[in-house]
Amino acid sequence: MFRKLAIILFSLYSGIVSAENTIDEAPDLTDIFYGESLFYAFQEKHFDAISKLDAELGQFYNLDDPTLDPFTQQINHAEFSVGSFELAYRMHQRAGRAIRAVLESNLDQTIRNEAAYRLAKILYQKNQPVNALDILLKIKGDMAEDLRVDEIYLRAQVYISTGDFNKAIQLLKSIENEEKYEGYILYNLGIAHIQNAEEKKGIAALDKVGKMSSSEKGVLALKDKANLTLANRMLENGSPQLAKQYFSRVRLNGPFANRALLGSGWANVSLGNFKKALVPWRILHERGVTNEAVQESMLAVPYAYGQLNYFGQAALAYGKAMDNFGSEIDRLEMSIKSVREGKFIKAIVDKEGERDKNWLHNLRYRPETPETRYIMSLMASNDFQQSLHNYRDMDELKNRLEYWLSSLDVYVELIELRRRYYEPLLPVVEKQFKKLDARIRLRMEQRERLDQRLKAIVISRRPDYLATAAERGYKDKLDRIELYLSKRPGQYTSEVKARISRLKGVLHWQINNAYDERLTNAYKQMKQLDVYIDKLNETYQSFVRTRQAATQSYEGYGIPIRQLKTKIQARQQKIKGIMARQAKLIETMAVNELERRRNQLEEYQIKARFALAESYDRATKKQEKVEEERIRKQQEEEKALKGVAPLEDTPVDNQQGEAPNKEAANKQQPAIENKTEENKTEENKSGKNEADNTTPEVEGEAQ
Amino acid sequence: MFKLIRGLLAATLLASSAVHAADVTKEQIKGLDEQVQDIKKDVINLTADLLQLEEKLLYPSNSQFAIFVSLAEKDGLRLDAVQIKLENKVLAHHLYTFRELEAMQKGGVQKIYTGNVKTGEHKLEISYAARSSGGDVSRHTDSYTLKKGVGPKFVEIKIGGPGANSQGLEFKDW
Repeated sequence: MFRKLAIILFSLYSGIVSAENTIDEAPDLTDIFYGESLFYAFQEKHFDAISKLDAELGQFYNLDDPTLDPFTQQINHAEFSVGSFELAYRMHQRAGRAIRAVLESNLDQTIRNEAAYRLAKILYQKNQPVNALDILLKIKGDMAEDLRVDEIYLRAQVYISTGDFNKAIQLLKSIENEEKYEGYILYNLGIAHIQNAEEKKGIAALDKVGKMSSSEKGVLALKDKANLTLANRMLENGSPQLAKQYFSRVRLNGPFANRALLGSGWANVSLGNFKKALVPWRILHERGVTNEAVQESMLAVPYAYGQLNYFGQAALAYGKAMDNFGSEIDRLEMSIKSVREGKFIKAIVDKEGERDKNWLHNLRYRPETPETRYIMSLMASNDFQQSLHNYRDMDELKNRLEYWLSSLDVYVELIELRRRYYEPLLPVVEKQFKKLDARIRLRMEQRERLDQRLKAIVISRRPDYLATAAERGYKDKLDRIELYLSKRPGQYTSEVKARISRLKGVLHWQINNAYDERLTNAYKQMKQLDVYIDKLNETYQSFVRTRQAATQSYEGYGIPIRQLKTKIQARQQKIKGIMARQAKLIETMAVNELERRRNQLEEYQIKARFALAESYDRATKKQEKVEEERIRKQQEEEKALKGVAPLEDTPVDNQQGEAPNKEAANKQQPAIENKTEENKTEENKSGKNEADNTTPEVEGEAQ
Repeated sequence: MFKLIRGLLAATLLASSAVHAADVTKEQIKGLDEQVQDIKKDVINLTADLLQLEEKLLYPSNSQFAIFVSLAEKDGLRLDAVQIKLENKVLAHHLYTFRELEAMQKGGVQKIYTGNVKTGEHKLEISYAARSSGGDVSRHTDSYTLKKGVGPKFVEIKIGGPGANSQGLEFKDW
């Protein structure tokens, strides 16, 4: 149901690694609109997902008896979902409130445990580990099986953040062999051990992470991170040899490669092996010039040359570094100008970003945002990313409100058109409807009377109620004859009386004999009548609804639309203000970072300038020393040959002076080529570059 | 010199981070983030009112009719396009993006059409094109009799799955 995404967050302070939770797949739906909300959520259209699910939850809670609605079976899942969507939409406050409501309800303990876990997760992500721990302590009994490991892992992270490393270690060890969070558990265990002053155990755990085999990008990055952490630890502890081993485990194409190459060089320097230090640094030297490690290597490489007494090459490399720093400073100046002109902000909200999941990461490749290459580390920081996302979200809200405002204008026109169409029609329709309504009511009353009579017959037998019209006529006639004859006794003979009695008997017989059949028929006919009555009712109701819909299609909208427009305009103003402040904040952060990089480069440039002068100085001194040595040897030779004292001021032949330098330069080559087997490819490349650089160096020194 | 370089770098970093901290504070970022969260909440609530108004105005409950499309099979079937006709008139035609397809494969349901229809029976015709896991494209068409009563009508068309008919479709009235 819920899964752990392989999104890795590297904490800047404690080095703790954590993973993000989200809803991963839909349950068997009992509400189609919940499915629609998930459709948007799975596309990361969180605004739509929240709006739709909020509306559906609102309708559900407004039902007279929500427990009768099938949605009730999934209401907890839906509540979590809305919290999760809000979290993904960076609405932490609201997400927290939604989940807290579940936590404080009378729901099942397992559900409340799950809510507690999710709320604690939010608090932990918001850098509130103490509050997260308070919530985690509310968990009672067992967690749902699919969240068991997650809960323990979160608890351990929280303990690390609160400094309770023993508890964290205990928890992490209990889930050490779980497949979930592969590598992350061990990494955090290592960090916890180190922070708990258990250096050996910590190093052992991190070492395990550093040796893991996996093809997953996240795990590979974690592996690199572990090796880099270990290497830096070893450097700090004065074990450069071990540090070198860890640095060499870091992939050359991973996110930590540059830092590892730089560190590897410094490890060699610590061992006093400047030639070997040049190997990783020369690799680094060829990489993207905007990277801080690469820029540092531009100073490190000539520094190593200097230490190897290759002052000519050192001077050349310093010169090249100064050129690079100079052009980079110019670019940084242009970038600062570009950011201040608002071009960076414009690129953030570019439409292209809507189609690109990795828009933030890919900004660096866009020609209109060259500055992003210099602020990659800043862009990776939580604060900057949050600000960028917030700005984009605000822009999206602005566009949505603009859309709604224009839609409302269209609705106003639509309503007016409807009014013009319906208003003249409705009075005529109403008049006709009233006539029909009266007739319908009459027929309905008749039907009701018949129905009551039939019900009465069932209670007490009344065959006369079912007599036919002819039979009722005969009966009336016989009654009239009897009445007539009773006033004329002469004519009312016994024969006549008997005849009337017989006729009455026949009639009575006929009515009573046919009663059952007639009753059955009456019921059948009543049923048939009901079918027509139902149709009539349906048509009647349909007409009433249509008439009502026609009226409602243009009436009662004026005030709500005006109010909504006012609300939209107020929100637009608010968003405009927030966007301006957010843009200013982003630009300030970007400019600060660019200025930091520029200042750093300016410092590097000054350093390079001094180092260049020093290199020239040393090269000259070396030259002089060699020259002096040559002269001394010459004088000694002459003395030996001629047996006279050596001359003090012999003029120096420049052409002769080049030879030792060339020799020295030629000697330099194998030194740089003394490289490890694993860097063979780069060695060749580096060796080639060095060969290219050797000739100008000799020329430089000769000058 | 080694120490000098490292020292220089450290000093530069410290100096610049001090400038950074002075200009943009955590409180500023947090304060603005809270304002952003508040306005998001406001706009979501406002959108709910606007959607309600829109529904009342454009799709009154007595004539409202919506069609949803979902995928029963989580894997294998790749839906390319869907076309819906009502009484031989095209109501909707949709080509699926990768993200939409992915969302449907995870169990999301797409509302492909919302409109109005008279009460009574109507013929709904659904055509779709999909690719099997092997890459073969197949096209299917099926029809369904829509019975519209006085209330709103919601029909889900599920593509694939055990309950599907010979054309690979399953219809459900909600």
